[in-house]
Amino acid sequence: MKNLRIVLNGIITENPIFVLLLGMCPTLGTTSSAINGMGMGLATMFVLICSNTAISLIKNLIPDMVRIPAYIVVIASFVTVLQMVMQAYLPGLYSSLGLFIPLIVVNCIVLGRAEAFAAKNKPVASMFDGLGIGLGFTIALTLLGAVRELLGTGKIFDISLYSEDYGMLLFVLPPGAFIALGYLIALINRFKKA
Amino acid sequence: MKKLESTLKNMLLVLTLVTAISVAILASVNALTQGPIAETQANILKEAIGQVVPPFDNNPAEQMDTVTLSGQTINIYAAMKDGEYVGSAVEARASGYGGEIVVLVGFDAQGNIYGYSILSHAETPGLGSKVDTWFQKGQKGDIIGQSLEQQELKVAKDGGTVDAITASTITSRAFLQAVKTAYLAFKGNTKEADAASSATTQVKSTDDDSSSSELTEE
Repeated sequence: MKNLRIVLNGIITENPIFVLLLGMCPTLGTTSSAINGMGMGLATMFVLICSNTAISLIKNLIPDMVRIPAYIVVIASFVTVLQMVMQAYLPGLYSSLGLFIPLIVVNCIVLGRAEAFAAKNKPVASMFDGLGIGLGFTIALTLLGAVRELLGTGKIFDISLYSEDYGMLLFVLPPGAFIALGYLIALINRFKKA
Repeated sequence: MKKLESTLKNMLLVLTLVTAISVAILASVNALTQGPIAETQANILKEAIGQVVPPFDNNPAEQMDTVTLSGQTINIYAAMKDGEYVGSAVEARASGYGGEIVVLVGFDAQGNIYGYSILSHAETPGLGSKVDTWFQKGQKGDIIGQSLEQQELKVAKDGGTVDAITASTITSRAFLQAVKTAYLAFKGNTKEADAASSATTQVKSTDDDSSSSELTEE
């Protein structure tokens, strides 16, 4: 029950994108299509779960003054493992996410959760926090990617809904990411108030 | 368990330990994935070659030759069928709008463009990224079957005959530049002679190997 609440907290109350507004760089950069957004979200979720659990396990062994470099080494190791595994078994997704995979290391959500949650809580709770925040991130990125893909190219997950000629190209380009994200956040705030 | 004090000794020890464990994990994962990564990359190349040259029965990735053209090292893969040369796949690069475009251009034995495949690019999604389909057979910018012998391929804006990708002239120019580079490299090394000679050496080597010659010959 408690763990479920932690997961829901990550998805809704403290959604990293729509509420905390953390990790904007991969959010805006990789969501040109729904599948890219989802891939990036899942990759980040994997790192979040692993790093949260690992950091929670070793938190008492790490002296306070060097905790940030120690956390970064842990996070970077998981990201590198992920990168090598993706390169070997998911080359398609790897080439479309490209540069953004190594950049998960500096995604402030991952370090943020390590500092704010994993360093103060037990391993199991930290794992669920990673799962929740990761799911929240994945849902947000998939949603944003789907909106941009639909408005820009008339497709969702590569399934064509209307002719590409009517697509607003702007939404596939960087400015479209800002516009779509802005409206999504406004919509979600509206629903939260109601 | 109590938290460790931030003494110099503790800090040094912990950071060294964390790094050492991380190094050990990364080294073992690297060892595990090295093989699959190389295999995946070889498969991607093999598939791409299969798309751009006439059907073949050799392994073009092993028949690689390199040509240096204006500072660029270009890989050429020769395709053979029943010992006959059928075409080459040429890997050329050009600088596009968002970065380097790597194109694998296939030529048949007569030097006509047989097909192409984009190996990597960093063009704008939705605009320049259409380069992987735009110039294919039956598409708006179809260049398949053309020969660069008589005329250079140029976009309409530059007085040529090829339709550029909508709103992506720079990408289109870069793509045609890569095709041109590929053609020049291909012409400088049609590989016919080389391929023939390497084929004979292969036969010879199986001949020399008397124990297995019965099975492998012909």
